[in-house]
Amino acid sequence: MTDLMTDPATAALPAPPKRRKALWLRELALLPALVIVFVIGASISDTFLTFNTIRDILTAAAALSLVVLGESLVLLTGKFDLSLESTMGIAPAVGVMLVIPAASAGFGTEIPVWLGLLAIPVVGALIGLLNGFLIVKLKLNAFIVTLAMLTILRGTQIGSTKGKTLFDQLDPFTALATTTFAGLPMSVWLAAVLFVLFGLGLRYHRAGRALYAIGGNREAARAAGIRVDRISWAVFVVAGVLAAIGGLAYTGYVGAIGGNQGDGLILQVFAAAVIGGVSLDGGKGTLVGALTGVILLQSVDYLLHVAQVPAEWLKAIYGGIVLVALIISRYAGGKPQT
Amino acid sequence: MTALPAGSSAVPVVSAHGVGKRYGPTVALADVSLTVHPGESHALVGRNGAGKSTLVSILTGLSKTDTGHVEFGGEPAPPASKQDDWKQRVACVYQHAMVIPQLTVAENLFLNRQSGGGFAIGWSKLRRKSRELLDSWDVRVDVDTPAGELSVENRQFVEIARALSYGARFIVLDEPTAQLDSQAIDRLFERMRQMQAGGVTFLFISHHLHEVYEVCQAVTVLRDARHVLTAPVSEVSHTELIDAMTGEQGGLAVRDAATRDALPADAAEILAVEGLSGDGFGDVSFRIHRGEVIGLAGSNASGKHQVAETVYGLRSPSAGTVSVDGRRLRPGDIPAALRAGIGCVPRDRHHEGLVLEHSIMDNTTLSILDRMGRGGIAAPRTRYAKASKALVDYDIVAAGAEQPVSDLSGGNQQKVVLARALASDPRVVVLINPTAGVDVKSKEALLAVVDRVRAEGKAVLIVSDELDDLRLSDRVLVLRAGAVVAEHQAGWSDGDLVADIEGVRER
Repeated sequence: MTDLMTDPATAALPAPPKRRKALWLRELALLPALVIVFVIGASISDTFLTFNTIRDILTAAAALSLVVLGESLVLLTGKFDLSLESTMGIAPAVGVMLVIPAASAGFGTEIPVWLGLLAIPVVGALIGLLNGFLIVKLKLNAFIVTLAMLTILRGTQIGSTKGKTLFDQLDPFTALATTTFAGLPMSVWLAAVLFVLFGLGLRYHRAGRALYAIGGNREAARAAGIRVDRISWAVFVVAGVLAAIGGLAYTGYVGAIGGNQGDGLILQVFAAAVIGGVSLDGGKGTLVGALTGVILLQSVDYLLHVAQVPAEWLKAIYGGIVLVALIISRYAGGKPQT
Repeated sequence: MTALPAGSSAVPVVSAHGVGKRYGPTVALADVSLTVHPGESHALVGRNGAGKSTLVSILTGLSKTDTGHVEFGGEPAPPASKQDDWKQRVACVYQHAMVIPQLTVAENLFLNRQSGGGFAIGWSKLRRKSRELLDSWDVRVDVDTPAGELSVENRQFVEIARALSYGARFIVLDEPTAQLDSQAIDRLFERMRQMQAGGVTFLFISHHLHEVYEVCQAVTVLRDARHVLTAPVSEVSHTELIDAMTGEQGGLAVRDAATRDALPADAAEILAVEGLSGDGFGDVSFRIHRGEVIGLAGSNASGKHQVAETVYGLRSPSAGTVSVDGRRLRPGDIPAALRAGIGCVPRDRHHEGLVLEHSIMDNTTLSILDRMGRGGIAAPRTRYAKASKALVDYDIVAAGAEQPVSDLSGGNQQKVVLARALASDPRVVVLINPTAGVDVKSKEALLAVVDRVRAEGKAVLIVSDELDDLRLSDRVLVLRAGAVVAEHQAGWSDGDLVADIEGVRER
């Protein structure tokens, strides 16, 4: 029987080749799709391949990307937040209404502009705080809690503005998108800076690693001494703040705050994150991936406008494209999207 | 009670001939043959990764063989597509539940055949049939209970009954005893013997060799994907079996605490547990000194796990205190326990020990992220270096620190958990089932590390179901129904300790 003995060293698992490189490729799995969008765009319009196109796509993507950033953080911890799309609307609306006079549909408080601007992230934080309390502390179901919150916030916004669009004396609130630096609006620069900061934080800071661990296995994270509840709760707050800032960027982009600002955007937010490889189960995904997801969706959006697709069909086509993008990224990434 | 298989006179229930299987570059099974005779319980043993699971998946029709073939009762195995034909020949009861927890026992028994060929489901008929089925194999379970509420023991019996109802008389039991306490194990063995007498044949997989001697007639050993030996258990000694599994001579080398120098009388006290009470235990007190190992023994219901989990802060006590170096810890606060210098290997590596899909470097550094750099910076480079050192220090077989722990064998996964527990250089180490579900070789390696850190002057608390783990202890405290009922100094005999654990000591 001893002649059957094998050297244990040869029985060891073979080294998986260059896992690191494979991971990086997965991050950029959407690049080919992006290239295809630009090739189609160039064939439709001579002016597609210009800096203006890039600028327009990035400008439009800035607001969405901030919400996707917040949602990705929540998804990494294994939770999710649908209400971010309403936060995007109500937070800037409240900020504006605290500043503008009652004659322009404000609250009549007419506080200084800087306080009004500050109120926007504070409103986002308070919404996140409440979401976190209900989901993390009371252990209610995240889906229903944030769906209810989405509806409550949307209704509150429409109720308090009486359904009117805010457009009067908005200048300080649109400055984020109208002021430019090096040819790009400040909102794009802000989004870029935040993505870099959070991206580095996720990779290089203990808090970032804690998010991954919590999403990967809550019990193991707790047993390793991570304050799971506290961090999960904090992530809801951070996501609320980011969505509020995203809302401000959106206000500047549109130049007004409609009662439906952000309405239906949560589909794009989830699609961008999932296409970009962020797992809905938590613990997997990167901001680089999520960002490429945003840019791909926004490029397709732009392409549809350039191709002069009838406006009444945009919604259906857009939904279809989200599905196709999911299928492509499923096979480009090679892993089931859970 | 059961006649031993009469050699080769009867047609074997199952026979595998020269079976081989590869997964990519990995040879999972090479030229393995196995013959199981009717009415016997045949043990299949081997270290983690020896090929047991692969062989089982081939014998149950879940994977196809690359080479060789399988026969049932002398006839070729059905094609892989005919799962119903497989079900009539063989079934496997896995360690993890294969029942749908929300559905009742009755519906689980007849899942996907509830209506018995009719159009609508006759619920009263279904329940009656289930009742009859369970009665015929003497399984005492209420058929209306949701399957998720069954004990592990009863869940296994229900799964066995379900397999038998398909007509299979050959059952594979994959580590059935891993989650059972000793009374339940006795009942399982008793039931196995009854079923054997009723014509059922078992293939029994276990890491506990004494169980092989207790319930099996023949044993097959696999090592490194190959067949090493098949023999009647009466002809193989315990040591020979271990040698066959490890490919080495000498059996399990665990250093008994009785063989080392006595603890110096002036050893400083590090951990003090005073009147600790909580869920499932009450008024437990003990002290551990520098370089001392205390074992906690008892049945699964004794509360021993809860005591250790409370020391580390995984649970909050209802009364009592835990102090390290005389300083009281905040109850139920793991970060505080870590800061005070307690490291812990939790009870179940899958549930709370590891983030399976994450890399070794993420897992080993999880509890020391706050000490990797200034301001909470935990750079990949630093973590990679820490984890690479751990691979060497704890002899973890892996392709590198970036490999996900889910790729590792059970023994190596457990070494990762231990590496993390020791990463913070704790003064107190709490080990809960540190060698559960790992092979003999890994067990030796794990226990050697424990002995090493003891020698460095750490205080160690070991909770385990395995006597081998407890052998390192200077003292073993026995818990029963949540209270300490006995204390054994190093050098205890197995019989005495087990008698105390089971509460069967004659006075």
